[in-house]
Amino acid sequence: MANYLLIESRDPFEVNDVAYFYDLASGLKARGNEVTLFLVQNGVLPARKNPSDDTLAKLATAGVQVLADNLSLQERGIQGSSLVNGVAAAELDVVIEKMADGAKTLWH
Amino acid sequence: MSGKTLTFCLMDAPFENARTTTALRLIDTAVRQGMNVNVFAYEGAVGIPFSKQSAHANSVHGFEKEEWNHPLPKDWVTEIMNHAKASGAKVDWINCGLCVDERGMNEAVEGVRRGTPGDLVNWADTSDNTLVIPTK
Repeated sequence: MANYLLIESRDPFEVNDVAYFYDLASGLKARGNEVTLFLVQNGVLPARKNPSDDTLAKLATAGVQVLADNLSLQERGIQGSSLVNGVAAAELDVVIEKMADGAKTLWH
Repeated sequence: MSGKTLTFCLMDAPFENARTTTALRLIDTAVRQGMNVNVFAYEGAVGIPFSKQSAHANSVHGFEKEEWNHPLPKDWVTEIMNHAKASGAKVDWINCGLCVDERGMNEAVEGVRRGTPGDLVNWADTSDNTLVIPTK
């Protein structure tokens, strides 16, 4: 079992291959790995509650730790109370700490 | 966490993409935590510490240069270097030499040196982790 840190910086409504990155997170988790999906920049946009898309909620339910960069949320006017269930706001320190702990880190 | 070394590879030119801001935030967070950081600036990213960057006014909104206080990435790099001194961390920033020559950007802020992609390979071998932030 390995630890993975996937950093998603793009908005799935703008870039189609974001879905593949979500699939990667799901697949890695299904194979018994520890997986964190860290959303940053426009990557935080789908973290806002949206009745037509439950992708991030499903990832969280599957055991993927889904975090959203606090500053990116603030910049886009997304309040902590409006986040999808299972998604938590976090500081960039999380990324640095996981990298220092040796998590396999990918940026998209 | 001090004593750890993280390597970052940046590729975006300054003033173009939020990735540059996020990358510098990550690097700053690491040095504030006392970690050593290697930065390999490739392609347009060699412009991030370019020392001849110059602030400008915003005539559309009627601000003089001093009022507008336009942020310059070279100043953020200098601040990161200062934060590293304060926390005891070491920042080793290498600009790809060929990329620098192509762009005529030989002048960089203090603490930046020239190198080759081979330096990135060596860092990836010896540091605790490496993050490549690509352009696309």
